[in-house]
Amino acid sequence: MPKVKVDGIEVEVPVGATVMQACEAAGKEIPRFCYHERLTIAGNCRMCLVEVKPGPPKPQASCALPASDGQEITTMSPAVKKAREGVMEFLLINHPLDCPICDQGGECDLQDQAVAYGRGHSRFAENKRAVTEKYMGPVVKTIMTRCIQCTRCVRFAEEVAGVEEIGAIYRGENMQITSYLEGAVTSELSGNVVDLCPVGALVSKPYSFEARPWELSKVPGIDVSDGVGTNIRIDSRLREVMRVVPRISEEVNEEWAHDKTRHMVDGLTRNRLDRPWVRKGGKLQAATWEEAFDAIAKVAKKAGDSVAAVAGDLVDVETMYAAKKLLASLGSNLIEGRQTGLAYDATNIAAVNFNTTIAGIETADAILLVGTNPRWEASLVNTRIRKAVKKGAKVFAIGPEVDLTYPVEWLGNDMSLLAKLPKAAADAMTKAERPAMIVGGSALKVPGGQAASLALVDSLNLIRGDWNGYNVLHTVAARTAGLMLGYALAGGMAALAEKAPKLLFLLGADEADLSPFDKSFKVYVGHHGDKGAHGADVILPGAAYTEKHGIYVNLEGRVQYSERAIFPPGDAREDWSIFRALSAVLGKPLPFDSFGELRTALFAEYPAFAEAGLVRFDWAPPALKAEAIAQGTEVAYPIKDFYLTNPIARSSPTLRRCSAEILHGEDFAEAAE
Amino acid sequence: MLADKDRIFTNVYGFQPWNLKAAQKRGDWDNTKALMALGQDQIIEEIKNSGLRGRGGAGFPTGMKWSFMPKESKDGRPNFLVINADESEPGSCKDREIIRHDPHKLIEGALIAGFAMRARAAYIYIRGEFIREAETLFAAVQEAYDAGLLGKNAAGSGYDFDVFVHRGAGAYICGEETALLESLEGKKGQPRLKPPFPAGAGLYGCPTTVNNVESIAVTPTILRRGAAWFKGFGRENNHGTKLFQISGHVNKPCVVEEAMSIPFRELIEKHAGGIRGGWDNLLAVIPGGSSVPLVPAKEIMDAPMDFDGLRALGSGLGTAAVIVMDKSTDIVRAISRISYFYKHESCGQCTPCREGTGWMWRVMERLRTGDADIGEIDTLLDVTKQIEGHTICALGDAAAWPIQGLVRHFRPEIERRIIEKQGGALEAAE
Repeated sequence: MPKVKVDGIEVEVPVGATVMQACEAAGKEIPRFCYHERLTIAGNCRMCLVEVKPGPPKPQASCALPASDGQEITTMSPAVKKAREGVMEFLLINHPLDCPICDQGGECDLQDQAVAYGRGHSRFAENKRAVTEKYMGPVVKTIMTRCIQCTRCVRFAEEVAGVEEIGAIYRGENMQITSYLEGAVTSELSGNVVDLCPVGALVSKPYSFEARPWELSKVPGIDVSDGVGTNIRIDSRLREVMRVVPRISEEVNEEWAHDKTRHMVDGLTRNRLDRPWVRKGGKLQAATWEEAFDAIAKVAKKAGDSVAAVAGDLVDVETMYAAKKLLASLGSNLIEGRQTGLAYDATNIAAVNFNTTIAGIETADAILLVGTNPRWEASLVNTRIRKAVKKGAKVFAIGPEVDLTYPVEWLGNDMSLLAKLPKAAADAMTKAERPAMIVGGSALKVPGGQAASLALVDSLNLIRGDWNGYNVLHTVAARTAGLMLGYALAGGMAALAEKAPKLLFLLGADEADLSPFDKSFKVYVGHHGDKGAHGADVILPGAAYTEKHGIYVNLEGRVQYSERAIFPPGDAREDWSIFRALSAVLGKPLPFDSFGELRTALFAEYPAFAEAGLVRFDWAPPALKAEAIAQGTEVAYPIKDFYLTNPIARSSPTLRRCSAEILHGEDFAEAAE
Repeated sequence: MLADKDRIFTNVYGFQPWNLKAAQKRGDWDNTKALMALGQDQIIEEIKNSGLRGRGGAGFPTGMKWSFMPKESKDGRPNFLVINADESEPGSCKDREIIRHDPHKLIEGALIAGFAMRARAAYIYIRGEFIREAETLFAAVQEAYDAGLLGKNAAGSGYDFDVFVHRGAGAYICGEETALLESLEGKKGQPRLKPPFPAGAGLYGCPTTVNNVESIAVTPTILRRGAAWFKGFGRENNHGTKLFQISGHVNKPCVVEEAMSIPFRELIEKHAGGIRGGWDNLLAVIPGGSSVPLVPAKEIMDAPMDFDGLRALGSGLGTAAVIVMDKSTDIVRAISRISYFYKHESCGQCTPCREGTGWMWRVMERLRTGDADIGEIDTLLDVTKQIEGHTICALGDAAAWPIQGLVRHFRPEIERRIIEKQGGALEAAE
């Protein structure tokens, strides 16, 4: 471990550390623009210059220089100060300094560092350069005159997103960053370049001119747009969520978020259910809470224990728990969360869990994808797989071919291959040190799919020591928690339909096929007027994920807490309180009067939810009867349109446009500003 | 004056054909096998002893550079020799003459140098604008292959060696060694960060040495005639013969091989027919290509033309592209034009050069017309200092030095223009 001296402070740094990291270890701040921890080193902004002895008699870029034993680093000398002032001056001579109208203002690296390291005046008497706007798709707005050519966006697109669609053209002072042929960046991760951009060149298009960072109240939350549980910060002003940005979480999302996470929030103000509705004479009519509850009570009295609940994709643990308790008090345990009809055996949660963990899949050296398109089903798992591939992992896949941003050996769209893997793939898996299999929903839907995939655990020897390479990739935020709470009937939705419940609660369930439940009296508890609400007999307006405290469990079994950023609109209430109020009307009051009491009861019954972090599920796969899968059994991936997978997203104009433009190739003419 | 018998480039004027047969008559490819039989370490030792310093401009000892290459591959990566024929420095035109008229010297040198550094192959990266030269080089390499001098068992030495010629697309920056490697790999020609140096991870991540055409082309002759012969020319630490490229206001511009350390006056008198209008008419000289600072007449006249001699004058030998300017030259405009060149050729990768070269050129243009304040001269000088040494590659330095040289030696001329423009009299500060 090299020992270096930074301004006289001796620090020991790991082998391979850079001088910049050594300076940081010594508590010295080094200004930088192009350097980013998660991207390759470019060394082109020259802001991080420090003096290093021994070495050439000129300042060195600390981000790119390896720290070696005996170095003496000076970060505060007059020469370093002058070098920083010089670079700062160069960066600013062609920068427009339009901070008052720039969306980055207040959270701009250039602004901050100009104050800290710049000169305070300009000696530049020439005309400034202007750069024509570029087009980078529906979520990224460009003001390229502000660009300082740090190439973070270029490196992100190439290295993390895996789309080589952003690059620099021309040279010298005419160098410009642009997308390929000025087309939309077809990555689901394109919004991250907005965060990466240290200046206001790439800013969020939907958020442009909306708010200033110092007006926003910032609350840590959890994203519900997929099963990853991206850690987010919800920025709101008054009663509106203005934007969502990722928080750093090494285990889950690193510091990325996909475009759905970022931009579905503009669906939160549209198409909302802000008052109860009751169907009268075949038509939904606005009602009061009392009327709505009375209507339900009337049915419930006759229904007895013929009551069921279907949990949607976005609900939190508390909602599902309250609903489960209500049903239990009515004598029913008919609860199901797998709306789209999946009916896999969930008696052992480890057998339907992402066991390698999201961060762990990075270390796998052979990966078999079975009926899953991780790029759409869990984009940030896909970036981890991409990282594994870059380290040398080989990926095989069964399913329809799609572009996953890394090389994949496609074995064919034929689930019978599970029983007879091609030798090359089977050998690669068994010979690998850390083999991983990722089973998607479409494979579990095939009769016998789950049994066949579990059989591979032994034949491919996926469990070795503390490595469990069997993964199931859930696509929705509520799934793992739902399974833990028992929202999984043997036989799934079909079994539920057979029971023909007289009263059916839909907890934000918008993806389910409701036709088998024509005879049921349907109560929709949720926040958006989507498919579930349209078919309901009573609508009880609930809270979206930004409007309530809630616990979510992501696809690897990680319990995470989300906080409330704003209050639900109008008469809408937090979901758990709806069930509490309804229980009183039904004469079976639930044993909690406040959110705190609910959590106490929940934690007493399910201690796993009481602590943030990974839940340990014991591996005890169910003994499933092997079922022959016919040769040529094809599957289709569950997500047909990445941008429109949930009711919030479907209400979002931004994501509708993303879908239309990026997935369906529609052209949008833009008026000149 | 260098005797004819001591010339390495015997066909630099193109009086004879370039082809293999003619080259062999001139002594090229003469028992190359025997030279290689010296052994790899002995060849490097011989080059070290000859005192050959790189002819591309920086003057790094060639033998030492070769010795940085790994002697054996621990991980299966091959070594590569890359020959920089991207001669784009304004004023330089020596590699072009070598390739045009004496390509086999280069190709034989590539084999020997490549053998010495245990390279699997040599890549010759030739400037895109050198169309005829590239054609010649392609043909010469083919000749060598056909004659069994390259390829398997090259020249009967038992060593397998390939030479590939790659044409650039016309960018000055691709003459920078790491930008050249990027370009060779098919990427945008932008210099790489060092470390890692090419000797550790160069072309395709393999150990690579990048040498100038002239450095490689002289090696066979050095080995044939011995290190001591080569060392016999020039002053201590500046040995050998060198191709000087004399252009500008001389009576007979030419490319000529001369001994190092030849005094400037002798070089011009003997080969270039003297200064246009006589020695009193000499204004200044840029002695090593556009990137080195100019030297005013009275300092250069009797200076030795070598690395250390010109360094002592605050300039450099560079590629020995001697640009002579007489008193008819608008010196500010000349330097401004050079500034424009660097602005145009900056790759745009790192901040000081990208932003600074344009700024400097614009100020230079105003200084040319006198449309500036006196204080801007110091600002300009400060800007050049802000670029110098702060960039990834040396293009930033190369853009800064000509301006620094101008201000150092011709400040009164710049001030005169400003004062004239402002109406003829200096104004007191307010």
